[in-house]
Amino acid sequence: MFSGLTIGLDVVDVGTIEESLERFGGRYLDRVYTPREIAYALAANDPATRARRLAARFAAKEAALKALCARERGIPPRAIEVVRSDDGSIALELSGAALAAARETSAASLSLSVSHEGKLAVAVVICTRVKP
Amino acid sequence: MNDKIRAILGEHARLAVDVAQLSDESDLYEAGMTSHASVNVMLALEGEFDVEFPDRMLRRGVFGSIASIRAALDELTSVAGAAQ
Repeated sequence: MFSGLTIGLDVVDVGTIEESLERFGGRYLDRVYTPREIAYALAANDPATRARRLAARFAAKEAALKALCARERGIPPRAIEVVRSDDGSIALELSGAALAAARETSAASLSLSVSHEGKLAVAVVICTRVKP
Repeated sequence: MNDKIRAILGEHARLAVDVAQLSDESDLYEAGMTSHASVNVMLALEGEFDVEFPDRMLRRGVFGSIASIRAALDELTSVAGAAQ
């Protein structure tokens, strides 16, 4: 039975992603993003598009943590993945600690929307919950 | 150790205020640190102190103040020291 919803929103400065890539390179990528997310982002030809794609994904991970009310649960960013379908639509896929948090809090579904404009990337996640 | 933590915060946390104005207990997020900047802080701390933050420590509160960062590093470096 539907029992409510929670929303998470996050904004990321694309410039901070570029700085992280410059300063920490692969260590930054491997700690924050999944192999599929890295492959998709790095498939872009120009560095600006790569950074935008990563920024949108980081914003999505943070927005999901907020929607799940799980920012103090010790969830690594890689446990929340943005996956793309062949038609270009995106969704969230949880694993490990993120999946456990979702189950423990009766989260039934997560809906994601991302956007970017100029140097900002934005993500919104809506989490619906059901009574256990 | 706190001086090194402050130096890393000054370089990576993108604070809205001078790190010298903050107490060890000041809220770093209130001082302007974003969640993404906290990742850079974590990576810089790992490089400086030769430790790795485990998944269980990837919580907002661990990076919320100089004191909480110090406590986490104390735990990680004591574990590393005991293992040697």
